[in-house]
Formats: sequence, structure tokens, C-alpha cells
Amino acid sequence: MKKVVSGNEATSLAVKLSRAQVISAYPITPQTTISEKLSEICGSGELDARFVKVESEHSAMATLIGASSTGVRTFTATSAQGLALMHELLFWASGARLPIVMVDVNRAMAAPWTIWCDQTDSVAQRDTGWMQFYCWSNQEILDSVICSFKIAEKSSIPCMICYDGFFISHTNEPIDIPEQKQIDKFLPPRKAEYFLDIDNPQTFSGGTLPNYFMEIRYKLHDAFEKAQGVINDVYDGYNKLTGRSYEPIEPYYIDDADRVLITSGSAASTVFHTVNKMRKSGEKVGMLRIRQLRPFPEKELLYYIKPNIKYGALDRNLSPGTGGVFSQEIRSVLNRNGNGNRIHEFIAGLGGRDITTNNIEEIFKRIGNVEPDGINWVGLLK
Amino acid sequence: MGTTVSAMKEITVFGRGGQGTVVAAEILAEAYFHEGFYTQSFPSFGVERRGAPVTAFLRVDKEFIYLRSMIYKAHTGLILSPDVVNSPTFKPSLVGNATLVINSGRRLPEIPEYKCHYVDATGIALELGLGSKAQPLVNTAMLGAFARVCGDLSLENVLKAVENKVPLNVEKNVSAVKKAYKTVARIE
Repeated sequence: MKKVVSGNEATSLAVKLSRAQVISAYPITPQTTISEKLSEICGSGELDARFVKVESEHSAMATLIGASSTGVRTFTATSAQGLALMHELLFWASGARLPIVMVDVNRAMAAPWTIWCDQTDSVAQRDTGWMQFYCWSNQEILDSVICSFKIAEKSSIPCMICYDGFFISHTNEPIDIPEQKQIDKFLPPRKAEYFLDIDNPQTFSGGTLPNYFMEIRYKLHDAFEKAQGVINDVYDGYNKLTGRSYEPIEPYYIDDADRVLITSGSAASTVFHTVNKMRKSGEKVGMLRIRQLRPFPEKELLYYIKPNIKYGALDRNLSPGTGGVFSQEIRSVLNRNGNGNRIHEFIAGLGGRDITTNNIEEIFKRIGNVEPDGINWVGLLK
Repeated sequence: MGTTVSAMKEITVFGRGGQGTVVAAEILAEAYFHEGFYTQSFPSFGVERRGAPVTAFLRVDKEFIYLRSMIYKAHTGLILSPDVVNSPTFKPSLVGNATLVINSGRRLPEIPEYKCHYVDATGIALELGLGSKAQPLVNTAMLGAFARVCGDLSLENVLKAVENKVPLNVEKNVSAVKKAYKTVARIE
């Protein structure tokens, strides 16, 4: 069924279709309309789930860690300071191998106080052991949330779905919504191998001496190395069901391109629009859209990086003193594999600053005309 | 998967907090969707307060809309609160010959360069009891006037979207749409 919905409504619909059993969330802009809708449909019985009201995001994540440990399917959503408050427990969720699914509606980190979009909140959680997916449309949000439950449960790794606050969360556009019975077939109820059970008492994640801890960490890392196979299988299955699929890196117009911009999130959507426009005037520009920060699609990136093409990376996030986080990851992959390509690095759109077609045309011009020269700030006031 | 840049229509709704500005853009998005178009509507990402200036945006195209920046030069403006035309940011936010639908019972002399259509949406809302006397909800009446003026949207699809999206007083809102559709006037 096709319907016009906001990005946040797409999340709520996906959580309902996925039959999450325990939901806990604390309101924070721009995520709030997700928890409002989920609390409403849990209250009305439209979704047979327990909505646990809590006093903070830290407690929301703690609630889900407890609930997920009993073997049920769990969901939460947050943004910015809320995600930061969960930080300690994000490690716990991944270390305990709990398949929790969370939406982070990307919002810049204060100070100064802001409610507007950038990805600094989620990229700062890069090392917590969660998978991270970045969406560019409301359709992709719905599809990613549904698929993430399956990916998380098959790999025993929690998943974070990220999308830009307001630019996607509050934007209404048509999406295709699958039937409940289709999703029931695709995503049966969770079957946990190990879970808290009063009839079979066990302890999980207790004090661990140095003779085992490192092996447990190795297993988590190994699961991440194998996760891309799980992700690809799940999307293949979803594609058979709905005709829609997503790649860890999606190429657009790169075959004959002389300049390629690598980016993520809603910026990728505006870049794609601009690439279409520039192609009409004969400019050979292309785009690579990265939709995973973890696991980072190293092999896929190397496959697309070719000599004689000039590359730029556009980040809507900042690690102060170093630059954009996706740029760092790209540099690290190229360096580790002895690839000689150097990339232009761009920072734009922090704290809700608009990223316009003019900004992107300016970026492509710079990629074509000068050698890579460190970090360029786009759209900064003079 | 290309986007027809030239065919895309950009509409901005100008209002004040409490008038239903954002919802007006959302209803229009759904109406155009029923008409067979791809649509994208979004608020101006401000902190919303009753009485504060609010803008909401709508893009309409025959293909999926990838452009996700704000609208800087709208082809069409819906003016829920006529005093916004005096704001220094008003004229720069429209193309030179923009089509405007204005909630006003009288012609505004400040904006002779635009194609102006007037409707007394406040009068209609007060008459039908939409919102309060101090804060009438004028958005649905404005949509009725827009349906008459825009040329690419049927009254039926606006009514269908209003029925789906308006949470309260559906019948009164439907009457407001119809009444404004009949009474909107082009004034040079």
C-alpha cells in the first residue's frame, strides 16, 4: 500500500510490522514523534507490546538490555544528548550480544544548545560495537528497521538505524508499506538460543577474568567481520519479498565519471539531485552513497575506487581537530590497502545548516580544479 | 531515476504558529499524491510557538524528489497571515512572478508584482467555528482557495486529503474548503 508518511512515521510503521515486544523510550526532539506514536499503538492494543515509560535514555537502554536478555524483540529511539546518555550501556548491549534495534534521529551535539541535524551524535558511538546504517529516504527507513531486526537477531549484534533530523524525520513523502502477513513470513518471532529463564537459572555477563575477556571480544569482532554476509542475505530475502534492496555502498553514474563524491544520509539525496542536474550539462560527475559506518564496507569501497578518478568525501559530522568521520574511515581503508588515491575532504551542514545544490556544485568544482589539500568547510559564513 | 528539475513545483506556506501552517503543507502533499504526483513536504525546522512566524514547504514532481534542501525561491505562496508580506525575508523567498493565495478580505497594496488571489479564510473559519475567535484555524479554507487557483489539483483530491488528515471537525473543514473554493478571487 502506498501512503504519504514522515520519516518518523515510517519508523513506527516498521516497528509495528516487525512486532517488537518491548519498547522503551524517552522523548527528545526530533525523535519524539516516534515514541509518541509507539506509545499510542501499544496503549490502543494495535501493537501487542509493552511500552515501558522511563525517566531517561540511560534507563530506556537498561530496560531493553533486561528485556532483550529474556529473549524478546526490543526497540528504542533517541537523538543527540539522549544517545550520549546511553553511551555506557551501548557497550553493554553489544558485549552481551543482545539484538536490540534502535533508531537515532541524527541531531547535533550541544553546546551550544541545538535541536538541528548533524551526524556527530551517532558517529561518536562508532566504537560501541553496534552496527550503524544511514538512510536517505523514508522508504529506506521502513525497510532498514524491518531488516535490522533480522540482521541483529541472526548476528547477535545490536543495530542502530540513523537518519537526519528534520531533513528526513519530519519530511513527508510517499512510501510503499508491505502487508503484515508478508513481514510475518519474512521476520518470524525471535528465537533466542540463550535467555534468562526462571526455570533454568543462569548468569549472563558476570565478572570475567583476564583468561576469557579477550576471547569474548575476539568473538564480537569476528561476528562483525561475518556480519556483511548476514546483511547481504537478509536484503536478498527482503528483495524477493518487496523488490527493494540496498547495498553497503551504492554507486550512481560512476562508470564514466571523472569526479566522484562519497557521502551519506540526506546529503546523498541532494548530491544525487545535483549530479543529475550537472550530467544534463555534460559534466562527468558521480556519487558513492555509503550506508554503513559499522561494519565499514572496506571491500566494497576498494572495488569502487579506481585510478584516474578524483574523489571527494562529504561529512555532515565532525571530530574536532581531525575532520569528518566517514572521511577518516575512507582514508584508513585506502591507506591500509596501499591504494594511492587521495581524497578531498569536505565538512558541511553542521547543526542544521542547509546543504544546497550550489554547495555541491562548488564541491565538484574544487575536486576537479585543485589537488586534495586537507579539510574544506562548505557554506561557512565569511 | 533522473529528476526533471524544470518540472518540479515548489510551494511555500507562510503563517504563524497555531494557524495550521505545517498541516496545510502536509494535506497538500497528500492531495497531490492522490492526484498521481510525487510529493515532499517539510516544516521550516524552526522552534514552533503560538504566534511566531512559521513556514512550511512542499515540492511536487512527476518523479521521486531527491532534492532535500530548503526552498529558497517558491513558485507559489500560500499566505495564511497577511502581515508576513511586510517581513524583509518575504519577497526574496519567491520567484519574481509567483502566484499567491492570500488570506485577506482586501487587496494588499505592498505586493503588486505577484499574481494575487484573495480569500477571506479568517471569515470562513470564524463563521464555521474552526479554532477559537482569537485564533481561527484558517488552513483548510486556504487549501480550498489553492485548489481553485493552482490548475493541477482537483477539489475532490483536496477534500479526500482533508478527510484523511484532519483529526477533528472533519465536516466543518470540508465546508471551509468548499466555501473558499467558491469565493476566492483574482485581484490585479
